[in-house]
Amino acid sequence: MAAALTEQKLIKIKAQIAQHKSIPGGLLPLLHAIQDDIGYVPQDAYLAISKGLALSVAEVHGVVTFYHHFRTHPVGKHILHVCRAESCQSMGAIKLEAEIKAKLGIDYHQTTKDGAITLEPIYCLGNCACSPAVMLDDEVYGRVSIEMVVELIAEASA
Amino acid sequence: MFIQDLPIKVFVPRDSSAISLGADRTAKAIAAEAAKRGVEIALIRNGSRGIYWLEPMVEVATEKGRVAFAPVQPKDVASLFDAAFLNALSDKAKTHPLNLGLTEELIWLKKQQRLTFARAGIIDPVSLNDYLAHDGYKGLQTALKMTDADIVKTVTDSGLRGRGGAAFPTGIKWNTVLGAGASGIQKYIVCNADEGDSGTYSDRMIMENDPFVLIEGMTIAGVAVGATIGYIYLRSEYPHALNTLNQAIATAEKAGYLGKNIQGSNKDFHLEVRRAAGAYICGEETSLIESLEGKRGLVRFKPPLPAIEGLFGKPTVVNNVISLATIPIILQKGGQYYADFGMGRSRGTLPIQLAGNLKQTGLVELAFGVTLRELLYDFGGGSFTGKPIRAVQVGGPLGAFLPESQFDIKIDYEEFIKINGVVGHGGIVAFDDTVDMAKMARYAFEFCAIESCGKCTPCRIGAVRGVETIDKIIAGKDIIKNIALVRDLSDTMMSGSLCAMGGMTPFPVLSALNYFGEDFGISQ
Repeated sequence: MAAALTEQKLIKIKAQIAQHKSIPGGLLPLLHAIQDDIGYVPQDAYLAISKGLALSVAEVHGVVTFYHHFRTHPVGKHILHVCRAESCQSMGAIKLEAEIKAKLGIDYHQTTKDGAITLEPIYCLGNCACSPAVMLDDEVYGRVSIEMVVELIAEASA
Repeated sequence: MFIQDLPIKVFVPRDSSAISLGADRTAKAIAAEAAKRGVEIALIRNGSRGIYWLEPMVEVATEKGRVAFAPVQPKDVASLFDAAFLNALSDKAKTHPLNLGLTEELIWLKKQQRLTFARAGIIDPVSLNDYLAHDGYKGLQTALKMTDADIVKTVTDSGLRGRGGAAFPTGIKWNTVLGAGASGIQKYIVCNADEGDSGTYSDRMIMENDPFVLIEGMTIAGVAVGATIGYIYLRSEYPHALNTLNQAIATAEKAGYLGKNIQGSNKDFHLEVRRAAGAYICGEETSLIESLEGKRGLVRFKPPLPAIEGLFGKPTVVNNVISLATIPIILQKGGQYYADFGMGRSRGTLPIQLAGNLKQTGLVELAFGVTLRELLYDFGGGSFTGKPIRAVQVGGPLGAFLPESQFDIKIDYEEFIKINGVVGHGGIVAFDDTVDMAKMARYAFEFCAIESCGKCTPCRIGAVRGVETIDKIIAGKDIIKNIALVRDLSDTMMSGSLCAMGGMTPFPVLSALNYFGEDFGISQ
């Protein structure tokens, strides 16, 4: 069960709907804006979105769940994306992802118990000249080792 | 006072890959050390030249050109100041172990033919003045004096083919859009910046390091075909590119290079960046259009072609970043100038991206015709780990894996088709001899299962069955029978899928089977 939306979040969502409803093809920009604002796209907001953009709830649900980027649940304070694509694999990404999962004690799409880090796979960060790569929030790190990732996590969790 | 007027210019790239290796920390350390020593410097965050194996690369301006020091980490900064690196041509500066001499004389860079990437790493990416001082907007100036048909003809004459991967002639696509619909109909220019292929980053480099060249290319496209609105569909994994593009677009609007009545020409062109949302399939043009319309990125049937009925049902040019960023130099120097580079039907240059397990990774722009071997060894310097290079994947996750016996192939669209491979977007990923090709084949199916839009059954279900069958082969179960099954499944996917996702996922799988059978438990 998703937690009920707070009044504050609902106000933010409604403001974004008002801003995006007349933009051609505005659903993706709207979903981005909502996720940027409150960290995810709550399922409780589907009805308001569908009314605002004259879509069905099913259409909104379909779009949200089609794209890997959109989340329907809150995540940790920071998101660690680990690149699993070929270039990073050629430089040890498979071993690295196993080490990161072991270190954090979680699998992909999960959040550490303290709520600090959510772990997500990603398929290419465009940093293929500096493999293996990870992205912590909006910042990319190249030629990383498990030691470097541990340090990044510690800095972020501090 | 302009920062450029200050006495000593020091350049530290702001490219996200350079930052991923510490460029921001290096820049901060240089600024702090200069302040500590009371030295005045002009610290410029230029773009990257794409010599990623040497990033973070710091350059110092001299009367003979820029001198490179690389790679520079914060711990090296004090010693650079001690060695008088700001007077980079001095004897003392020459003794510093990180001094590589004049950047332009670096063999790795000097051997390249940079047309699309002529400015990358040289200019401050968001400075319109820098752009104008380095031949910026000369292509648009020329185009504004030409008829629309003549602009299209120049692009056709250049022989430019879609650099996103499909290699369709750009001029022919433009010509279709030019002639489409009633006069006055709304048309669109869509830039495909959903660069999802592993091993590729040239689109990102253009957007982060020379964004105005893309804006100029799209503007020329708009003028040529009569489109007044453009969208850059940018992958969400590129937050740096998003910021740089938005900054450059705002600057171009202010200076009259975008918006209404561009440079007094009576032509309008409005440009907007739209963020993608992490679906690989949206790099396919019809899926991209669906996504731009705010829908799930399901692939469309063709016809109708997007050139006739594209975005919002209107005639639409969909071109890759590199195709569009190459337009300005073609208009500036003429179609023939560009067509004089290359081989066969592959004209011009290709920005090749060296990635994966290579010593000297980075962007190599060269005329078509260079061999894979030259790229891997002369430019790439062999594997990073020092082990033999066993397999190379060219053209992204849908490209074939090639063994050593194929390394003499020339980079040319038709040569690659002959061996069931693709040049694609020009990414090259090298693997050393620790690679397990059965696992790579499994990954190709797994990736397809994760990223398939689900419209075509062979792709949606075939990819899942592919993973399961390869798992059986890896477990040693009925190997011969299951390999026959994988081949049969591949055949179904290739003939029964609408787009390249299902249609080409078998390329890496079959090439792994054909060239590296021993990894599947069969002898060659």
